[in-house]
Amino acid sequence: MKTNPKLIGQSVPRLDAPQKVTGQAIYTDDIKLPGMLYCKMLTSPLPHARIKRIDVSKARALPGVKDVIIGEDTPKVKYGNWRLVPESQDELPLAVDKVRFVGDEVAAVAALDPEIAEKAISLIEVEYEELPALYTVEDSIADGAPLIHEESKGNVSLVRKINYGDVDGSFASAHYVREDTFRVHAVQHAYMEPCASIAAPDEGGRVTLWTSTQTPYIVQCLLASTLGIPENHVRVMKVAVGGGFGGKMELRPWEFCCAFMALRTGRPVKFLWSRKEDLSFGRRRHGMTLYSKIAFAKDGKLIAKDFQVLLDGGAYNAMGPTATFLCGTFGNMAYRLPAYRYFGRHVYTNKPPASAMRGFGAPQAYFAMESQFSMAAEEMGFDPIDLRIINAMEEGDVIPEVATVSTCGFKESLEKVRELSGWDEKRKNRQPGHGLGISAYSFISGGVFNWFNTKYNFSAAEVRVYDDGTAHLFSMACDIGQGPDTVLRQILAADLGLSIDKVRLTAMDTAQTPKADLGSWGSRVTLMNGNAILEATKKIKEMLIPVLFAEFDLNQIQDLAFEDDHIFVKSNPKKRMSFAQAVYKALRGRRGEPLVAQGYYTPRNKGLVSPAFSFGAQVAEVTVDQDTGLVKVDKIYTAHDCGVPINKKAVEGQLEGAIQMGLGYTLSEQFVMKDGRTLNSTFLDYKVPTALDMPPSESVEVETYEPEGPFGAKEAGEGLAIPTAAAIGHAVYEATGYRCKDLPITPEKVLRGLGKLK
Amino acid sequence: MAKQNIELIVNGDRYTVAVDPWRTLAEVLREELNLTGTKVGCNQGDCGACTVIMDGRSVSSCLTLAVEAHQRQITTIEGLAPSRTQLHPIQEAFVEAQAVQCGFCTSGMIMSAKNLLDHNPHPTEEEIRAGLSGNLCRCTGYVKIVEAIDLAAKKLDPAGAKEA
Ligand code: FES
Ligand code: FES
Repeated sequence: MKTNPKLIGQSVPRLDAPQKVTGQAIYTDDIKLPGMLYCKMLTSPLPHARIKRIDVSKARALPGVKDVIIGEDTPKVKYGNWRLVPESQDELPLAVDKVRFVGDEVAAVAALDPEIAEKAISLIEVEYEELPALYTVEDSIADGAPLIHEESKGNVSLVRKINYGDVDGSFASAHYVREDTFRVHAVQHAYMEPCASIAAPDEGGRVTLWTSTQTPYIVQCLLASTLGIPENHVRVMKVAVGGGFGGKMELRPWEFCCAFMALRTGRPVKFLWSRKEDLSFGRRRHGMTLYSKIAFAKDGKLIAKDFQVLLDGGAYNAMGPTATFLCGTFGNMAYRLPAYRYFGRHVYTNKPPASAMRGFGAPQAYFAMESQFSMAAEEMGFDPIDLRIINAMEEGDVIPEVATVSTCGFKESLEKVRELSGWDEKRKNRQPGHGLGISAYSFISGGVFNWFNTKYNFSAAEVRVYDDGTAHLFSMACDIGQGPDTVLRQILAADLGLSIDKVRLTAMDTAQTPKADLGSWGSRVTLMNGNAILEATKKIKEMLIPVLFAEFDLNQIQDLAFEDDHIFVKSNPKKRMSFAQAVYKALRGRRGEPLVAQGYYTPRNKGLVSPAFSFGAQVAEVTVDQDTGLVKVDKIYTAHDCGVPINKKAVEGQLEGAIQMGLGYTLSEQFVMKDGRTLNSTFLDYKVPTALDMPPSESVEVETYEPEGPFGAKEAGEGLAIPTAAAIGHAVYEATGYRCKDLPITPEKVLRGLGKLK
Repeated sequence: MAKQNIELIVNGDRYTVAVDPWRTLAEVLREELNLTGTKVGCNQGDCGACTVIMDGRSVSSCLTLAVEAHQRQITTIEGLAPSRTQLHPIQEAFVEAQAVQCGFCTSGMIMSAKNLLDHNPHPTEEEIRAGLSGNLCRCTGYVKIVEAIDLAAKKLDPAGAKEA
């Protein structure tokens, strides 16, 4: 393993923390601008209807109302994140002709204060002709079902197929085959900061937007195209973002409406979504129906898999196409699989659109795979961890049509979690009502597939160094809470040997930071932006090295070290110069030309999916009350390989947060829907785990050095959100004999499974 | 209904404001007094992001009418430390323990922690968790927040911590 600079792996306290603990960090809704108007939106009360007539005259006449817009007033340019496939871009900022879910945006108002705006919304008259609506994927793909989008026959907007190896032949000759159908439900990101944006008109018909987003560049581009103005007439600016988890990675209607009305009125326009609206209409994780058939040889080797998935996309594509692709990819990750067939369909229903959410298709795909591994292990007489180890990928393995795995701590993770959890011992002395379950995962470190069709590199960095010994990083990377504002500075400081407090940052400003960055999703930021920074710092070093060679009359073969705010000769550290002094001399030598360098990163020759893969395994220990069916998670054990952690506590924080989300997904969070309406729209009824619900947890890291990652790092953000559901599901089975194939695991289902409830 | 004149004593400063009787304390703090450190995560009383201290007790400022706060002593996140350039020991502990990710729950968490430690200077882990049960965090799994409060208790009363 390579030796890293000492700053790598240190739990540098987050540099944004002092601002956040004192209430000084500025989130979007904290911003007020002179002359600002307040925007409210009218949404559809019906799940599927034709718009026959909209009358805004009363709203317009209300004193204090400055603008009212409907779809017909706008340029009517469709948008969607999959620019590579223009037919997939199926959304309009405001509905024209038709509404497709309860919550579909129909009109917007800008007024002097929020109350007037609200009043004006209530004065807009819309006449609808109700259409038959579809609420399940099965109904949507049924013959003769009404079409939600005319262009998408059978209500299927996207199909993804993978097919390699002799799947049918392997099934025919297999020692053991099983098939199961799993159903997983929709859940929400429940980021604590509700969506908000403010647009301000700028000179020359330009517009500046502050918005709670995890993809400033995507918002810039799509806002420009929907407004019909040049891309660089839109500036998206840095704000603190109160969580995203995949729920804030698209252009959203209010971003368009604020900008559009700001340009029309010449005044700033602000929008704030309420929690009730966010829970009722907001993006969510795809519910899915997953059919999976797997076959094993006698020695426990997995030989084939047939995986068919219907994704409940809701009314629009959103990030559904990516989930459809990735679900298939996750279906053959983690384990060696010689024959595989995947058939994924993204299906429209008249419900709020599903989109990306932490894990992007993986929590669902792995729930199916991992549940089946545990079932197969039991029936074939293998220890569930052994069966996984038999099939686990190793360094150098090729995932067909995907990539080569360059680092893989999977087997070690499985072994370590066995040890950490006391697996063997506890399974030997099993207590009634008590169970231990295992689940594993592999995840991507950013995506390769360019669905956004960006013309720029995937990540970029600009580094400027000064003769006061400081450096300034410009990066479009976006801190939504996961910590790149700290981690990226850590990478820069480590490579130039500067103390962390010498590094300033300008982030997430599309007008000032180098182009481009695709945003915070797919666990891509540390690896991709880190690499861009290292390319830039390498150029900076090349500007400084000649200064020392000249100063000390060095021999060609001598190497320099950058450490402790100094640069020195490795073989003779007395020959040294402060970083500041070196920059000063270089500046003189360049006759005043500042020391500035840019670096870029786009994964090359890395297949179509990801430049690097994380691995891990998790054990859940549960107690189930046999009378009430209540599942209590006693402890969670995790072992995972995220490459070299750049900031240890930041990585721990990801794991700890992931467990909370996984726990909610498995046991407590779900939407109650009736006729396309979300009935539970408060945190009282949508149950995010509280501090009292959280089980204790223990974890170990299996360090590998990923050659493609900065200082050996790979992803740590999303993979950890994957295994919890199947681990708890398996543990509940061990405790009770009830095997859950449809999440969430509720007390009713447990009791029904045990035959105690009809 | 006409606006009412009320006097708010926030972080030791007196403000006279005319408010509609239905305005919440959270709205008035944020919109009238520009104290935007208090966050609104739900406006329904369910997430705790808007927690402030009123007359020595934590309240959800989104559920408290501004008129109810007339002439009461209110402390918000901005008033916890002696000055804006210093950190209160609880704030220090949140920074050191890395209890902050997106930060949107943080003001409310810290105010709930303050309330807890004011009434129970040496809480057990269970008591800390119970003290936070009205505050939702979606990023941290609460682990480092609980650690931070434990650390804060020790910072605020090192002697007491030794005894405990
Ligand atoms: S904002 Fe007051 S409790 Fe959520
Ligand atoms: S830190 Fe993000 S909600 Fe708590």
